[in-house]
Amino acid sequence: MTIRVLALVLAVGALAAGAALAGADARKPGAAFMGAATQAMQRDDTQNPAMLWVGDGEALWRSKDGGNGKSCFSCHGDARASMKGVAARYPSFDTHSKRVLDLGQRIGQCRQTRQQAPPWRAESRELLALESHVALQSRGMPIAPPREARLEHAAARGKALFFQRIGQLNLSCAQCHDDNWGKRLAGSTIPQGHAGAYPVYRLEWQDMGSLQRRLRNCMSGVRAELPPYGAQELVDLEAYLAARAKGMAMESPGVRP
Amino acid sequence: MARALVTVPATARRGEVIEIRALIGHAMETGYRPGPDGKVLARDIIRKFTCRYNGEQVFAAELHPAIAANPYLAFFTVATASGTFEFTWEGDKGFSQTETARIAVT
Repeated sequence: MTIRVLALVLAVGALAAGAALAGADARKPGAAFMGAATQAMQRDDTQNPAMLWVGDGEALWRSKDGGNGKSCFSCHGDARASMKGVAARYPSFDTHSKRVLDLGQRIGQCRQTRQQAPPWRAESRELLALESHVALQSRGMPIAPPREARLEHAAARGKALFFQRIGQLNLSCAQCHDDNWGKRLAGSTIPQGHAGAYPVYRLEWQDMGSLQRRLRNCMSGVRAELPPYGAQELVDLEAYLAARAKGMAMESPGVRP
Repeated sequence: MARALVTVPATARRGEVIEIRALIGHAMETGYRPGPDGKVLARDIIRKFTCRYNGEQVFAAELHPAIAANPYLAFFTVATASGTFEFTWEGDKGFSQTETARIAVT
């Protein structure tokens, strides 16, 4: 009898350990699905083309702009200290505008309200440069979406969208990135949908791009109607992706094939 | 905006083979692509890259339309004396950019 109980305890213990192990190992970053050359390109800052944008972003951080002649540096000081871990917490709920904002939108809001400057256009060189510079300061840190009810609501809406079939191909994000990751979609390997490397330099684009550009790219791939940049759906999806990749290391600024 | 990254070791021993890397931001527009209005975009590429080590050319490359945007070049040379590496990119539409990097050879 005691032996059977002991065996049961052992079996339950092994199951729990197995589940914990699976939980720890199951998630892979997008970089794990790239070729060795692209991985090396991302790892080595002297090869990573995104560092060109980081350099520009550093210059923009210190350049004065807008109605009250302030730079980012005037308020925040050196980004290396003040922006550490900031990108890992975005998207976040913004108490000023009472909306969930991603990092690019937050930069735009800071420009409007603090610098009294016009916000940069989505996917503009300036915005991606500053975003890359800020995101670099969180490299290696765990993705840590804040515990905030309204952000969690956005993530829940994003999760619903992730499982929603869309487009003429009638596919949801989950059908590729949950059910078929690791398999091939034409020439490329399907990653698991852990977006910790944005903004990324994508070799196909020969350019830098945000997570919203990537999401719109996937939506166009399934022939769905594209939400405009900054649309609530895209921010909700970003919030879900951050929750999904919670605790994984930031790779920004990444390189993708 | 200044948009080139050159990587040269800060120090080297005399006779050591050193790796040099040069990355520059450039659209490398091929001249074969149509723009949004359907008209072919004019070619705008870097044509020539040269690297001079204390005035002497140690590496040069000709670039062509099939080369991707933001070209990256890596090459090797022998560290002979302390001094300056001068990198020059020249291309269409009068494009010209020069970067320098110093090396101390012991």
